[in-house]
Amino acid sequence: MSDNRHDDEILGKAYDAKLMKRLLTYVKPYKKYVFFAILLNIFVAALGPLRPFLTKVAIDNYIVNADYNGLLLISLILFASLMLQAAIQYFLTFYTQYLGQKTLYDLRVQIFSHVQKLALRFFDKTPIGRIVTRTTNDVESLGELFSSGIVMVFSDVFIIIWILAFMFFMDVNLSLVTLSVLPILIYGTFLFRKKVRETYRDVRFHLARLNSYMQEHVTGMNVVQIFRKEKDEFNKFSSINADHRDANIRSIFYYAIFYPSVELISSAAIALIIWYGGGEIIQQQMTIGVLFAFIQYTEMFFRPIRDLSEKYNILQTSMASSERIFKLLDNKTFVQNPENPIELKNVKGDISFKDVWFAYEDENYVLKNISFDIKAGESVAIVGHTGAGKSTIINLLTRFYDIQKGQILLDGKDIRLLDKRELRKHISIVLQDVYLFSGTIKSNITMDNPEISFEKVVQAAKLVGADKFIENLPNKYNEEVKERGATLSVGQKQLISFARALAYDPKILILDEATSSVDTDTEKLIQQAIENLLKGRTAVVIAHRLSTIQNADKIIVLHKGELKEMGTHQQLLAKRGIYYKLYQLQYKDQELVSSK
Amino acid sequence: MKNLRTLKKYFLRYKKKLFLGFIFILLSNAGTVYVPILMKDAINQLQSNTTTHTLLFYSSLIVLSSLFAGIFRFLIRQTIIVVSREIEFDLRNDFWSHIQKLPLRYFQNNSTGNIMSHATNDINAVRNFIGPAVMYSIDTGVRLLIVVAIMISLDWSLTLAALFPLPLLSYGVYRIMKLIHEKYTKIQEAFSVLTTVAQENFSGIRVIKSYVREANEIQKWKDLSKDYLNKNMNLVRIQAWIMPILLIITGISIIIVIWIGGMKVISGTLSLGEITAFIVYLGILIWPVIAFGWVTNIVQQAEASMKRLNKIFDEPYEIDDSEQTDFSITEIKGEIEFRNVSFRYSDVLPNVLSKINLKIPVGSTLAIIGHTGSGKTSLINLIPRLYDATEGEVLIDGVDVRKIPLDVLRKNIGLVPQESFLFSDTITNNIGYGLREIKKEKIVEVAKIAQFDKDVETFPNGYETIVGERGITFSGGQKQRACLARALAIEPKILILDDSFSAVDTNTEEEILKNLKQYMKNRTSIIISHRISTVKDADNIIVLHEGRIAEQGTHDELVALGGLYADLHFKQLLEKELEELN
Repeated sequence: MSDNRHDDEILGKAYDAKLMKRLLTYVKPYKKYVFFAILLNIFVAALGPLRPFLTKVAIDNYIVNADYNGLLLISLILFASLMLQAAIQYFLTFYTQYLGQKTLYDLRVQIFSHVQKLALRFFDKTPIGRIVTRTTNDVESLGELFSSGIVMVFSDVFIIIWILAFMFFMDVNLSLVTLSVLPILIYGTFLFRKKVRETYRDVRFHLARLNSYMQEHVTGMNVVQIFRKEKDEFNKFSSINADHRDANIRSIFYYAIFYPSVELISSAAIALIIWYGGGEIIQQQMTIGVLFAFIQYTEMFFRPIRDLSEKYNILQTSMASSERIFKLLDNKTFVQNPENPIELKNVKGDISFKDVWFAYEDENYVLKNISFDIKAGESVAIVGHTGAGKSTIINLLTRFYDIQKGQILLDGKDIRLLDKRELRKHISIVLQDVYLFSGTIKSNITMDNPEISFEKVVQAAKLVGADKFIENLPNKYNEEVKERGATLSVGQKQLISFARALAYDPKILILDEATSSVDTDTEKLIQQAIENLLKGRTAVVIAHRLSTIQNADKIIVLHKGELKEMGTHQQLLAKRGIYYKLYQLQYKDQELVSSK
Repeated sequence: MKNLRTLKKYFLRYKKKLFLGFIFILLSNAGTVYVPILMKDAINQLQSNTTTHTLLFYSSLIVLSSLFAGIFRFLIRQTIIVVSREIEFDLRNDFWSHIQKLPLRYFQNNSTGNIMSHATNDINAVRNFIGPAVMYSIDTGVRLLIVVAIMISLDWSLTLAALFPLPLLSYGVYRIMKLIHEKYTKIQEAFSVLTTVAQENFSGIRVIKSYVREANEIQKWKDLSKDYLNKNMNLVRIQAWIMPILLIITGISIIIVIWIGGMKVISGTLSLGEITAFIVYLGILIWPVIAFGWVTNIVQQAEASMKRLNKIFDEPYEIDDSEQTDFSITEIKGEIEFRNVSFRYSDVLPNVLSKINLKIPVGSTLAIIGHTGSGKTSLINLIPRLYDATEGEVLIDGVDVRKIPLDVLRKNIGLVPQESFLFSDTITNNIGYGLREIKKEKIVEVAKIAQFDKDVETFPNGYETIVGERGITFSGGQKQRACLARALAIEPKILILDDSFSAVDTNTEEEILKNLKQYMKNRTSIIISHRISTVKDADNIIVLHEGRIAEQGTHDELVALGGLYADLHFKQLLEKELEELN
């Protein structure tokens, strides 16, 4: 658990062959398309460098020879090559981006599906925010790699190759002279990238400091204000802010040096061309058109070189993100499904716990040697003080966790031998703190299950008494539910979750009653709803209501992980043991309320 | 541009540097535009029998004027862009200093993320305007004027023919950038939907698993991802236009120069050197033309961001010293009185406190007990003026708290808030947070009172151990005791504990209470708690119920009364029995 904390801080090695290989497996399904894109890139890379060459032809063959028609023709060819290049360029950008986005889509779906399979143990230990980041932001930062990174490298390399080819074809000596500045340009560009990367990292570091300072101090603003530390804190903030500014100013310096230097280098190349090329022209060893073409080439070199140097950055960020993503994908915290599950047919709903021991971690047993039987159709209330292990029992029945010792049986079959999906289909759980999803009332009741008809939804809502408030909503069952049901009252949310459980018509119902207080009218509704809910099924209720324990066939009293007492309400009260105390503590007040 | 006017004072602050920057722009452009003229002359010379000597002369001049331009180009960035970073710094400082003074109310109504996004994204958008946008619009404006003037002087009709596509380019870039911005906003929305759905799914995983809806959720995720993919492709469809448009428009200009210029050369009205100059000038003009479209967008975004920032700058401080503050008050003794105090969080909300009348003498301990939402925290927040009373007045030593200088008031009150908050700093700095000068003995002394020193000894670096994510994670109880020590360190005249022992076990609590009794002798203490054991020894206990004082008296009196307090007392005894049972 502790080593997870630094996941977000992995800066990544520059390049990791293993990671890269694994990343490339995601491109594999599109291998043919990628190959096609690369070929097209090689072709289109030639069209740019072709034009200065055509200019040379225009000057030497037509302008110098006063051929108007030839000049028009070559102008048209220039125009055609330009349009062709533009068209292919558009298509290629679109095409490679599409491939990239498709790959990201695959990856995003894979991660999400993987997370769906992970056991609750994983969710207990991992902050939700981190899993969200893996599925969204981390995938996003692989975008550039997949969309432009892989294919565009070829484009940059081939533009350079084509330029060189045209230059050498026209004049070898002048090419060599012109290219003499190239090493400086390449070295300068890569040096600049390196420096910028360093300062950029610096800027990011100080920005992160600034952000975490603000995050922390906005959260703790009341402490700052109570202690009247505004001035001191302002000074601290200002000094971090100054570090951030200075880091930025340092990076300005590199940009300020770099861009003029590139211009200077290309001017130097032009100067060389004029001096050396001019000399050759004087000696009539070269035409003026070549000089023209060369001058244009000097401007063309820079972009592909700069792009290539940027690819390194893309690679680096991808490495860091992919490492985190793969770590999640390699997490195999599953609740194992049996290979040949026993078929579940005509479930009756008999449940028994046999000498069950359970711990969330190591040997800290939360449940110790628990045994009890629940017959089909019975409703059983589990009561106990905080930390007695009540919630744990319901987590075990649905196999959210596997027990360490003992057995849990459904209709006499060990639940570990059943398909857990089948098992869960027969059990509905209503949790204390109701979780509603954004969507509609209807979608929250059906959980988007198309097998549940609208009639069934309405029927379920009626049975739990939720229909009255739903019918009063402007859009009734299609009323929008905001995230976590923010617009609904606590009582309404509970009723919806009851309807949800009922719509699935389970054999077994598990209910963790909410303690939160609601008004008397709603309380009556809820009591009635619970009665309807439990009718005709096996029910296990973590009870907080007097009415529930009074109606239960059996009450199980848990205390510090052990089963201490069991019996009916009256039997247990007469015993004057733990239950009697619990009763006075939790339930007795409700007598007053209900008698009111 | 209305909102961006706020920036005037910042610009004025750096007017010298900005003026220099402007001069540098002029100089560097002089160098830049001279290069094509040199090239033209050199090429024209080539056709009229020249020597390599002359060529070398021209070549050297080309390099020199390029160097000249480069030096000033370097200086432009070192002035204008640097100023933009300086203004960004000033703006962010002003932002923070303003935020710090806003009342607690503001922070409860605005999420941390929201405030952060103003401080980063919005300030950044404004910075982009100050630096790049200002630099490029001046630079390109100047360059455009000079280059076009030179081109016209060379050949006006060719200039017209070559330049006519460029305004189209400028407009095209503007439109595309605008569309990109729109599509990008859509993508961000879709992305935030993805994030929300992932968040919802992972948070509600228990429900999903129990209803076996995983497959359905995956399908939903696929649909959303598909939608996100489509939105991205909508952007790509626009973005993919940029390169082709650049290519076509600049390419066409060059082709026009070659074709029409070529014909002019043939007819003898133009030289090949001039054609070269034209082509190079076109290359120089492309960037300014693109920049026009780009800058327009930056300005629009900056305007929107500045509007949001101005809204924050216009937030009133609400709680601050005012003309009725009596600055002759330099210390307080600690007698507190609530006189007919009512309080509500906003005018549309009901009263949280109604007609509270209460007197707490110097040196006494008041305990407050009551259900969640009964108004306990709201009541004590009025004392250090985290909020001001809606009606009635809170008096300290007989003076309305609104007349006491805020510095004096708060420096004499030690408040331990309900949510224990520590900074990620050393334990010493956390405990000594309210002190001008941190003395080790004082830190250890208060840590001992708060029963925290034994814990500190077990930490790797003792009092120098760092708290929080980057250091050691405290348990809830440790946090509470550290916060208590922090409040004690300032030797407050009034100590307020807002349910500060909820995570501390009862034995330790008893020790702390014993120590406090000693330390707080002659000073006033207010203790909020849910536990009877914490409050039973207080001089006076009030039971708050729905914003009113329901019961008041000593422990024995209240138990005898047989009301809310007595009921709670009985239940807690039961709980204790249960806890002890095995």
